[in-house]
Amino acid sequence: MTFALIDSLRKGNRLALSRILSQVENRTDVGVEALEQLFLETGTAQKIGITGPPGSGKSTLVNAIARELRQREPEKKVAIIAIDPSSPFTGGALLGDRVRMLDLQVDKQIFIRSMASRGALGGLAEQTEALSQVFDAAGYGFILIETVGAGQSEVDVVNLAHTTIVVDTPGMGDDIQSIKAGILEIADILVVNKADRPGADQSVSHLRNMVGMGYAKRSHAGKHSLKDFSGKAAEESSSEDWIPPVLKTVASEFKGITDLTDSILAHAAYLRESGRWNEKDKAAVLASIRHQLIVSFLQDFNKKVPMEMIDSLVSKAQQRKISPSEAVRKLLAYNQSDNLKSSE
Amino acid sequence: MTDKKIRVLIAKPGLDGHDRGAKVVARALRDDGMEVIYTGLRQTPEMIAEAALQEDVDVVGLSILSGAHNALVPQVIADLRANGQTNVEVFLGGIIPEDDIQNLLDQGVFKIYGPGTDTREVCKDIREAVKSKEQA
Repeated sequence: MTFALIDSLRKGNRLALSRILSQVENRTDVGVEALEQLFLETGTAQKIGITGPPGSGKSTLVNAIARELRQREPEKKVAIIAIDPSSPFTGGALLGDRVRMLDLQVDKQIFIRSMASRGALGGLAEQTEALSQVFDAAGYGFILIETVGAGQSEVDVVNLAHTTIVVDTPGMGDDIQSIKAGILEIADILVVNKADRPGADQSVSHLRNMVGMGYAKRSHAGKHSLKDFSGKAAEESSSEDWIPPVLKTVASEFKGITDLTDSILAHAAYLRESGRWNEKDKAAVLASIRHQLIVSFLQDFNKKVPMEMIDSLVSKAQQRKISPSEAVRKLLAYNQSDNLKSSE
Repeated sequence: MTDKKIRVLIAKPGLDGHDRGAKVVARALRDDGMEVIYTGLRQTPEMIAEAALQEDVDVVGLSILSGAHNALVPQVIADLRANGQTNVEVFLGGIIPEDDIQNLLDQGVFKIYGPGTDTREVCKDIREAVKSKEQA
């Protein structure tokens, strides 16, 4: 079944692509096997993250960018992964980003997939990166990833995207907000959307000030990667740093989209010329391995450690007879002894 | 740890602009633990089938208050099948005259709900439909 599905995906069958996306999202055996094969064919797509607070117009902006990218580079297909939150109580989700993307529905070279966060924090779902890899292998040249409406620290998208766009709207806070750490720091491109509203120019100047402060003080080294892989190389080329542009858009009227798309394409060119494309790719692969490691460990752990043991440790901790960290020590010891037994 | 969630597309084909019913149902399904993709107003059957394909849904729920159900619903089903989505069940809600119901069921609609339906009934029907498809 897996082989037949992958074969159809390679031939451009979109139903096969859609089914593989589900299998991968649900981490089924078929999904895991498919991704192991497909990953080897990834590495060409430009992944573009779009993040910002709820209601800032991310979906509408994604719609406009996708349309513009298709016009600029008609030979490239565009994938959109739009993430909305799952309810922490029922696990259900209402995924409504497509409502803003209706005019893309007629273009068969655009594929939109909605994703529920399923309890993950950080602005993405557990399997968002995996889905982007499937799209990459399926030959989609641009992958737009729209995060859950983000606050100040949902910054996971930066580990996954080549280009991160942070969307803000006029009047979202004073200039202190813009020098706090977190979401504004991760931007390769800053967008003030709904710029026809009052206060847009003020927001732009706050953001420009923030960008200016950052680049006067330090070089670019390692800013965008999990770890600083080649701080030295970055310092040497600091005269050619990418300085995040601050752009105004009115996405619902397609205003400012040409400039924004110019910046997206310019950023990709910059990454390739400066060698940072490789650095980002390395960081993304590292994040992916780390992520898989945690998920596999938890899966293994849940399989081996009996629920009753967890329950009894929880009640002991609740009665303040042991501490949570002692409970963890016991669970880990049990898991390890079980591993020893099974390998004998 | 396979975490299979039921995925449902809720769509409004045709030209009427009343989407309160669709939203109430979408909300109820969400509260029942399903992942609901809401596509909004004024969709053509082709757009609905395309969204269902991209989202790999188990179920499509249509809401029609305009009276155009006899034309729109069979077209949605035909487009879904033409795309290869033979397993997807189609539910219909709205103002559907008695006389039209049997015909629509014959054309492949799984179930039809009128005004005042208890949303718990819809959730239950969807769960059962998806379960029986999986066993088949």
